[in-house]
This record gives sequence, C-alpha cells and structure tokens, in this order.
Amino acid sequence: MRQADVVIIGGGPAGLAAALELWNKGIHDILILEREKKLGGILRQCIHDGFGLTRFGETLSGPEYASRFVRQAEALGIPCMTDTTVLELTPDKRVYAASPEGFLEIQAKAVILAMGCRERTRGAISIPGTRPAGVYTAGVAQAYINLKNRMPGKNVVILGSGDIGMIMARRMTLEGAKVLGVFEIQPYASGLPRNIEQCLNDYDIPLYLSHSVTDIRGTDRLESVVVSQVDEQLQPIPGTEKEYPCDALILSVGLIPENELTWMAGAEADEGTKGAAVDEAFQTTVPGIFAAGNVLHVHDLVDFVSLEAEQLADGAARYLQDGALPECGLSVTGDPMVGQLVPARFSGTQDLTVSFRVRKPVKNCRVELWQGETLILKKAFPKALPAEMIQLAVKKEALGQNEDLEVRVVC
Amino acid sequence: MLRTFTCIMCPQGCEITAEGANPPYSLTGNKCKKGAAYVEQELTAPMRNIATSILVDGGELPLASVRLSAPIPKDRIFDVMAEIRRIRRTAPVHEGDVVIPDVLGLGSDVIVTKTVERE
Repeated sequence: MRQADVVIIGGGPAGLAAALELWNKGIHDILILEREKKLGGILRQCIHDGFGLTRFGETLSGPEYASRFVRQAEALGIPCMTDTTVLELTPDKRVYAASPEGFLEIQAKAVILAMGCRERTRGAISIPGTRPAGVYTAGVAQAYINLKNRMPGKNVVILGSGDIGMIMARRMTLEGAKVLGVFEIQPYASGLPRNIEQCLNDYDIPLYLSHSVTDIRGTDRLESVVVSQVDEQLQPIPGTEKEYPCDALILSVGLIPENELTWMAGAEADEGTKGAAVDEAFQTTVPGIFAAGNVLHVHDLVDFVSLEAEQLADGAARYLQDGALPECGLSVTGDPMVGQLVPARFSGTQDLTVSFRVRKPVKNCRVELWQGETLILKKAFPKALPAEMIQLAVKKEALGQNEDLEVRVVC
Repeated sequence: MLRTFTCIMCPQGCEITAEGANPPYSLTGNKCKKGAAYVEQELTAPMRNIATSILVDGGELPLASVRLSAPIPKDRIFDVMAEIRRIRRTAPVHEGDVVIPDVLGLGSDVIVTKTVERE
C-alpha cells in the first residue's frame, strides 16, 4: 500500500493553499487528489474579477487567482493526481480512490478535507410544476457558458439572490440574453451589495425581494414560470401570481458543504455549518483528519478560504510533529443571531479565529466574545449582513482555559 | 443634492453618500480612498471592467477567459463585447496574452486570464 504523510482531498483553493503552506513548513510527503482533469476547483469557471484583494492586494479573475497557487505547486513539484476520485476514507486515514492508474489505496498520517461545496437544487427547495429542460443551478449555467461555450437560454429568470446568481445575470446579459428579473424569497438579498450594484443595477436587471417561483410550466422545454409575492412567513400570497415566459430558470439558492467522505470517516457534523465540527486547529473529531474551506463552512470570499487553509496547515504540521494536538474540551457557541459558527471547540492554549455570519441583516451592532463572565473581545459593526462572513482573531493570552466561549450579537 | 452609492471596489461594499451638485463633493460612508475615487468617477464618467471569453480552436477547452487590463466607460461595454466576440485563436493561448491591444482606442487591453493548451 502506498504511504503519505498528508493526503489532501481536493485541488481547489483550499487544498492548494494547504499544500503550499505544508511544503513551506518542511512537510514534503504530500499527495493532492483532484477529481477534475485540472487543478483550481470552481475558480476555473469563475472568470469574473474581484478575487484576491485580501490575499494579494489586487483584483484578479478566478482562473488567475487559482493559477498563482497552481504554478507554485508545479514549480515546487508537489505530488498531485488529477482525474482521481476518492471513493472512501476510513477513520484510520486510509484513502481509496479511482484514478487513471487504476484503484489506489493510500495510508496517510494526516488527511486534509478540501472538497468544497455543492449547490442546492430544485429538489432541495421543492418548487411545484412540471419537469422540463431549462432549469439549471447557477454554477451549472456558469460551467456551460464559461467552459463549454453553450448558452442555457435567451429569456432568463433567476431565483435566489446568491452571488453566483447575480454574476450569472450579468454574464448572460453580456452574452445577449434578456434577464427578466432576480427573485428572492427573503426580504433581503443573500449576495453582496457590490454584486447587486455591478451585476444587476448596472444592467437594469430588477431585483424582487419577498418573491418566489411557485410554478414551473412546459413539457419538454421550459415555457414559463409563475412568481408570487410571499408574506413574512415566506408563504406565497394568493392573488399575487405573475407569469413570466422564459426558456431558462437559474437557481442560486444556497450552497452545501460536500461531506460524504467526512461522514464516512466518522467525523461528527456541526448542525450550524453542515460541515464537520472542528477545533481551533481545524481538526475534526477524528484525530489527524482536518477540514478547511467551503467543505467546512461556505465562505463569502475565496481569499478567506486560502487563509483558512493556511491556518489549517499550521495545525496539521504540529499534528505530524507531535503525533497529537492539545485536547480541546471547551465549546464555542453563539446566541440566536449567530449562524455558521466555526470552530466548535478550543483549548484556550492557542490563538483562535472565530468565524460566523449573522442570521439576518442588522445595523449598528456590537459583536462580543464572552468566556464565562469575562468579555474577551468586542467589535462594533455599522452594518452586518448574512452575505458576509465575520471573523474575529483572538490571541491565546486573552483566553482562559476553564470556561466555554460564547459569541453574542448585541444591537 | 444627496446621492447614495454602493462602492464596488471591494467586497465590503460601503454605502457612500455624496452631497453637492459639482465637485468637490462632500462624501460620507467610505472606509478608504478608493471609495472616494469610485464615487467621484461615478458622478463624472462611470467606468467598469468586464470579463468574457474568446473562442479557441484545437484546445483542451473551446474557450479562453479574458478581461480588460483597465476599466472602460460603462456605456461602451457592449461595443467592447462585440469586438471581443470577433476574436478566434488557435491553441495554445496563455494567461497574460494580449488579444486586442487598446480596444476601440479606450486605452485598455483585452488579456487572456486562463491558459488553454492544445487538445
């Protein structure tokens, strides 16, 4: 059986950043396993710009952002297998994969989960109606246009105001399609304000809040969708139905971490993030198996994926040196305004980065970190949106080692 | 006169309010100088970058993604799209290749953002 110090599952931004950082720390017995034919992950189809402002101080397209990492990995000769799909991961860190060389069996000392996330589909949100062709998730439409040179439709309705949906609204408009509107069930947009501005407002594409698609019509091809206003309980209001003739419906209704291998390995899940429950070093509940990037919790910006994976590499390197990481017996919890909280556990002996999102938009709030009766950190936010991830860095000197940590959003 | 802008220079998306009919405008809400420059530009001559693709023959992908080296006037976006649509290259094309220098005399180059090797 093949051996490796570290097997990294996924060659997108998280896996690449973790690999490079491990290499820089002197850990060279690495193997990246990537399902696609090329490294780079979803960035290869994200051709718009706006990546890299935090990580590199300049704005890049997705392919350029990815190639900065890919070129470094190639120059260093970091071992990598593409076209290779991991089929199974065991709690004792055996990795089974299908590759062009045949079936692979690898015993790793540490495994890094960097599989990213997948899109919620029509099935996940149960839209009634027929089952015609012409209903796509935003990422699938993006792959058709930007990788395959295929146009998904000419008259387009977009459901959900996620960033990818808004970016596809602009992209399809540039390619000559008419985007009839973006419909969002919540009373606020789920994507970033800059994308409402530069993807919708710039092209006079209307955004309808508190609206949802309530019927899909057409037999072979999509012919129209029916849109209704929704009430405060997000239920359609009878009498508000409006029919939009269209040949494509694009769904941008959320992302879910892709964790089949994680659960197979026996790692515990976190209800809030739908990813693994991890400690301060991004270690799952299975010692030596780590997770970072969108497989752990869905990020707003790729820059933070890279930075998180680099932090993970620090923990993974310490694990390989010492054979174990400090016991993390203390929990991190949040008040009802706090969602997607990472990490779940900490020791109090290491620096800590706490990430979360507010559950609904708030203005003039204060985020506070409490350990028992002690206020560890507070930070004021003029506005906070569910679209944006909030990160708080805490130095180990500020932390006690006896009490749990609570994140509070005070308005 | 009060006007409000959502800055698109970075993901923070500051809400910036500009007061005054003529420059210099009085600005509030921007966390950095880029935000001020953005609003000044929006009030005089809005500029945007665009990303799209060119056709590639004989490559591992049928397309190579491109962007502009510098923003162009917002009202010229569709003119520039029409220019880019005329381009067709044979693989390989490389990240950084200039496929249209100084597109439509607007002072911006169309550059390849993804290497596409021969099939």
